[in-house]
Amino acid sequence: MTGGRAIILGRIREALRNNPAPRPHTSHSQSEAAADHNGHAQREWLPKVGETLPERIDLFAKISEGLTTEFHRVPTMSAARDLLTKLAAESGWKKIGSHSHHDVDALLEGVELPIVRTEKGYAIDNLESCDAGITGCDVLVAQTGGIMVSVESAGGRALSVLPPHHVVIARTSQMVPDLTAAFEHVKQKYGKQFPSFLSFITGPSRTGDIERILVLGAHGPKRLTVILLDS
Amino acid sequence: MATQSADFQTLSRRYTADKGFRAFIQKGMSGYYKKRDLNKANFQDWQGARDLAAEIKYEAINHLDKYLLEFEAKITARGAKVFWAQNAESARDYILKVAEENNVRSIIKSKTMTSEEIHLNDALEKRGFGVFESDLGEYIVQLRKEPPFHLVFPAMHLTRGQISDLFQKELGSEPTDEPEKLTMIARAVMRRKYCEADMGISGTNFAVAETGMISITENEGNARLTTSLPKIHVALLGIEKVLPKLEDLSLFLPMLATAGAGQTMTCYNTMYAGPRQPGEPDGPEQLHIVLLDNRRTELLADAEQRDSLGCIRCGACLNVCPIFKNVGGYSYGTTYGGPIGSVITPHLRGLKNWKHLSAASSLCGACTEACPVKIDLHHHLLQNRRNGAKSSPNPLEKVSFGGFSLLMGHPALYRLASGLGRIFQPLQGLVNGTILDPLRAWTGSRKFPTLAPQSFQEQWKKDRGGKK
Ligand code: SF4
Repeated sequence: MTGGRAIILGRIREALRNNPAPRPHTSHSQSEAAADHNGHAQREWLPKVGETLPERIDLFAKISEGLTTEFHRVPTMSAARDLLTKLAAESGWKKIGSHSHHDVDALLEGVELPIVRTEKGYAIDNLESCDAGITGCDVLVAQTGGIMVSVESAGGRALSVLPPHHVVIARTSQMVPDLTAAFEHVKQKYGKQFPSFLSFITGPSRTGDIERILVLGAHGPKRLTVILLDS
Repeated sequence: MATQSADFQTLSRRYTADKGFRAFIQKGMSGYYKKRDLNKANFQDWQGARDLAAEIKYEAINHLDKYLLEFEAKITARGAKVFWAQNAESARDYILKVAEENNVRSIIKSKTMTSEEIHLNDALEKRGFGVFESDLGEYIVQLRKEPPFHLVFPAMHLTRGQISDLFQKELGSEPTDEPEKLTMIARAVMRRKYCEADMGISGTNFAVAETGMISITENEGNARLTTSLPKIHVALLGIEKVLPKLEDLSLFLPMLATAGAGQTMTCYNTMYAGPRQPGEPDGPEQLHIVLLDNRRTELLADAEQRDSLGCIRCGACLNVCPIFKNVGGYSYGTTYGGPIGSVITPHLRGLKNWKHLSAASSLCGACTEACPVKIDLHHHLLQNRRNGAKSSPNPLEKVSFGGFSLLMGHPALYRLASGLGRIFQPLQGLVNGTILDPLRAWTGSRKFPTLAPQSFQEQWKKDRGGKK
């Protein structure tokens, strides 16, 4: 099947040729910024983020609360391990999913539960029946309370969304101010070889489709825990 | 009269008369208004953000060929297939072909209005494919065999009682009046479908030219599952959705969330750069992007209304529209309802049958003010009215305006007419609004103001005693 590539492109060019649209009525002179902006123009308008790391962590914590993301700051990896052990016991985890990742491996040291590891592929049913998925992340976004994950930092596409509880381990050095900084980070990190999947996770899965009433855990995790470790 | 217009009148009359229904919709919206305003206030300058968003869209739409080609080259290099579909039929045929060639049995879908536009589910079901909508609202309306009521909130017209009845009947579940339990019933059903499906179909909120990515925004996680587990991913993409740069998303994602649902960010905003790459543990083996024109280029050719291609389908204009809130989503009879639907449907499906939608407006401008990308919606409604009057003039309207201008241009005639009016108005009062009333179309729902016993001129003459 060939499709209408040439025809559609022809129609687009025909529609635009000598037929300028009126410029948008904008009160600020942003046309040049838009045509060739460096990606920073929006910082002027978007929600404000503090200058220092403690301010950013506070903002992330505050937004997390509104989102019902369970946010914990811990001083050491062994404190993080204690926290995880407690979570596992309280929630009665029987099996968890994880992936090969420096901090995730350190966090799971000594955990005796069966672990489904995703990095080399997995059976969907096996991952689906896990009680939690433990992953790393690329960055945390102070401005939105978001967690950026990718194939590499979160063990593929499904580990962070299929099990009913998603636990993320991050370090304070991974806190960035805003989405723009998050995009800059991935551009630097991956160059042109982007992973096929990048996602901002902002709170546990939710829906308001029944009478606009908020319900958590629609299809993705009902619980989202962020463990922030001092770098 | 075109049947679409007659249907609109019948349905909108029925919905408007239902006060309980209107109150229910209003109540559903009230939480949204509050959260939207809180989040807007969080922006350093929401108006500045709108300006920049409008400028970025202006740049993208007015260089659409360039950015589409850049997008295509980048995402193709990553192993995706891009199919350019001129119309609904060619898009459907392509997707059917992909499904058949790969021996697909079960298809899971995440929310996509574009698939409603091309009536994809029907076509797939007719060929024997099982198709399941995974977004909760979409799943509910699919079970009811209804189209979505609203661009963003597909099932907002239904009460929990109706949904519980539906689930009892269709799924054999226990009755409940808790939204939480109802959601969990749907979750459990869908979990099975995810594990079995071999094709996932999604929409696309944005395409990024610079990096060759598609971006999908959702709250439930259903789109992420749809694009992770099945071995084939088909993404529908209107040609107008391309953005130049990756960083543009850092403006559009929070704006879409705020305008669309009063959120800081939608729960999941996911960027896909191709199908599963070598060394990656999961994800589809194939990614097909169906790039759809379906008369969007008609809209592009109308320079005056070209900005309406910048629409990010946030639904904000519907949520504030006094017409939408009263007549509801189904009266429109279109895929895209509310102000934006009234603007673009005449371009996508013909002015003749759809111009009446632009008349259903109070021209209050609430839509234009709500629009995050500053589409000049209420002026476009006026332009559609003008275009409609030009292409198929209404003779009665012509005669009345002719008469009106004759009257206004000749003081003597005007005096005569108002004098006669004063004599005949009491008689009209006897038949007001009834079938005998010649002005019934107008007076049926409005009061004609009583003519003053004396004209201004007469009063002036009398009171000032002819003094200069
Ligand atoms: S026209 Fe504007 S307000 Fe309406 S759905 Fe589109 S982007 Fe949103």
